[in-house]
Amino acid sequence: MSGQPVGASAASSSHRGERGHEFESYFPESGSVDMSDPSTDIDETTYAELRELASRYPQPRSALLPMLHLVQSVDGRVSPKGIEACAEVLGITTAQVSGVATFYTMYKRRPAGTHHVGVCTTALCAVMGGDVLLETASRHLGIGVDETTPDGRISLERIECNAACDFAPVMMVNWEFMDDMTPEKAVALLDDLRDGNEVRSTRGATLTSWREAERVLAGFPDGRADEGPSAGPQSLLGLQIAKDKGWAAPGDEKPTGDGVVGRVAHRIADAVREVAGVGGDHEAQPASGSSSDAQAHAPATAETPQGKAPSKPRRRTTKPGEGTAK
Amino acid sequence: MTDLLTPVLTKNWGDEKSWTLRAYEKSGGYDALRKALTMTPDEVTGVVKDSGLRGRGGAGFPTGMKWSFVPKDNPNPKYLVVNGDESEPGTCKDIPLMLASPHTLVEGVIISSYAIGVHTAFIYIRGEVLHVVRRMQQAVAEAREAGYLGTNILDSGFDLEIVVHAGAGAYICGEETALLDSLEGLRGQPRLRPPFPAVAGLYASPTVINNVESIASVPSIIARGKDWFGSMGTEKSKGFTIYSLSGHVANPGQFEAPLGITLRELLELAGGVREGHELKFFTPGGSSTPILTAEHLDLPLDYEGMAGAGSMLGTKALQIFDETTSVVRTTLRWVEFYKHESCGKCTPCREGTWWLVQLLRDFEAGTAREGDIETMLDLCDNIGGRSFCALADGAVACVTSAVKYFRSEFEAGYRTPAWELLPYELSARFSVPATTGAHV
Repeated sequence: MSGQPVGASAASSSHRGERGHEFESYFPESGSVDMSDPSTDIDETTYAELRELASRYPQPRSALLPMLHLVQSVDGRVSPKGIEACAEVLGITTAQVSGVATFYTMYKRRPAGTHHVGVCTTALCAVMGGDVLLETASRHLGIGVDETTPDGRISLERIECNAACDFAPVMMVNWEFMDDMTPEKAVALLDDLRDGNEVRSTRGATLTSWREAERVLAGFPDGRADEGPSAGPQSLLGLQIAKDKGWAAPGDEKPTGDGVVGRVAHRIADAVREVAGVGGDHEAQPASGSSSDAQAHAPATAETPQGKAPSKPRRRTTKPGEGTAK
Repeated sequence: MTDLLTPVLTKNWGDEKSWTLRAYEKSGGYDALRKALTMTPDEVTGVVKDSGLRGRGGAGFPTGMKWSFVPKDNPNPKYLVVNGDESEPGTCKDIPLMLASPHTLVEGVIISSYAIGVHTAFIYIRGEVLHVVRRMQQAVAEAREAGYLGTNILDSGFDLEIVVHAGAGAYICGEETALLDSLEGLRGQPRLRPPFPAVAGLYASPTVINNVESIASVPSIIARGKDWFGSMGTEKSKGFTIYSLSGHVANPGQFEAPLGITLRELLELAGGVREGHELKFFTPGGSSTPILTAEHLDLPLDYEGMAGAGSMLGTKALQIFDETTSVVRTTLRWVEFYKHESCGKCTPCREGTWWLVQLLRDFEAGTAREGDIETMLDLCDNIGGRSFCALADGAVACVTSAVKYFRSEFEAGYRTPAWELLPYELSARFSVPATTGAHV
């Protein structure tokens, strides 16, 4: 084979001279809802919650997106029964519901894994290493994109830009941020997910499951908003520099800069410490303590689940952007 | 002369539990709301209009003017919809804002709703950011509990409810009319204008749609006045804004500065392009804004400065790429994004982005044919400006600007694969281990 690297769009070069799209679905990743599997866990409670969602909007149909999120949280996919239930509650046809369900990429027509993993391969993340991450994840799990491991634990998706570009290359699990990823971190993360270890998002909560995440997105909070840091180190970088330099908006009190310039790695470490110290109630939520640390996605083995106070957050040893290929 | 960086929106991001009501109130939160409620709605709109605040979501339309387009004699309810569907490649400012200080947005929504005469407002957040949704849900609940939302807010007689709404994965829903369709429970597809949303928006009622950062800027403008706001920025691009640096920069991150700062200044603060490398090209405001190069380093990053260089300020998402980066590969990935995200409504965009991807894949593989550059540009001519919304324009902007500045790299695509011309592993942030099969 040629030297085509991973992520280079494989579909094209092999059939040079066969341009044309007669044989390719325009939306190969879409398709209809899988009607062959009628299984469902939707019951009266689900119906009541669907009706509640519909009541939150001036016009009930506005609730359709949240309702489909709720269906996924119950059935692990957009199920035929879920389509029916939404149609029934809103007084529209199942075709109308299916039309919406097949438009949005977050709605899954086949069961997603307990944990749903995404790797960003839009331009910037791809260039920064996202292609390698996707290849690594796919190889390590033994599954391709849009597939689920045979044990049902992990599904894999190639995601588009996730609005975390200053943390590139990024991944996500159950729509929680996994920032500043490397192949090594990706492998450790996937192992932890597979083994059922506790995993924390770099800027979020302790990971629950894709279904539980879908329930929150539907509009039923899970009480985890106070977990995790206020911001990641990159988010605080400009603020930290302004503090160091004594800069402020007009009329604001000038921060007393410490006069240290050009040592951004230290500033970031400070930011990490600052955030880590305020990450939440350590007694009640042991997981939240150091979650802004660059290593935070790694297994939480250093801390017991019983609430041992988080050890002093590790100082970042590399600057962002370091460690690049020569 | 103002300082190089002026934290206003980002000022409390590092505070202890900054996302909670208690922390926000401690830093003066909701004082602006109290002040606004002593003013008439028209006065509030007037201050925002006179401040010169322009939309921070990309187009730069004056925010106060948008509000004033809402007809007062329309008997239908009026709606405010906050566009938190941040999905433009490179853009990553609204997400950290809502994560760190959701109450800034809530306060902005209440003040803005009061000004426009809205009693139901929506915050539409892209679905892929679970923790942001959590924080916004909690902030709205806290605000309601504290009497900042609900009926007779702070004894003013003003009523308002906010609905936090999560999307379901569709870039197009960041386009304001597609967002409205999505919020009505439909496939997210743009509408033909006119009528504009200010006249017939959500449920065919008068609707204002503003970006998160625009609305979040309102409380400080009300609290400190238009002159204070106008003391930052340039003549036609007033105020502060959040610039996001990402990519091949030593220290990527968020930088809040007066409009008009230059990329050279920002790069200096960010420690420069990653060590041992130099700038090749950048986007000023996301992938839909034509790329620029090192010759544009000293241009003011404001609406006029970028337009003058043939680009756009967009979302101020500065994606930095160094000399190891293949322009062909990057352009292909952007166009693949637009192809994936095209809603399919307009033929030029739906079909055109598909064909652009075919051409660009050939350029990447080194199998493009002589003349394919012209074919590609011709195709771009038939896509841009020929669709309902700006997605099509964004899809071709990265192509035409890439060819404009790096034509020879596309010409190399007649013979040489992009990954041979510029080995991809050199661009990665980490050393690519041989075992990953980066080169088979």
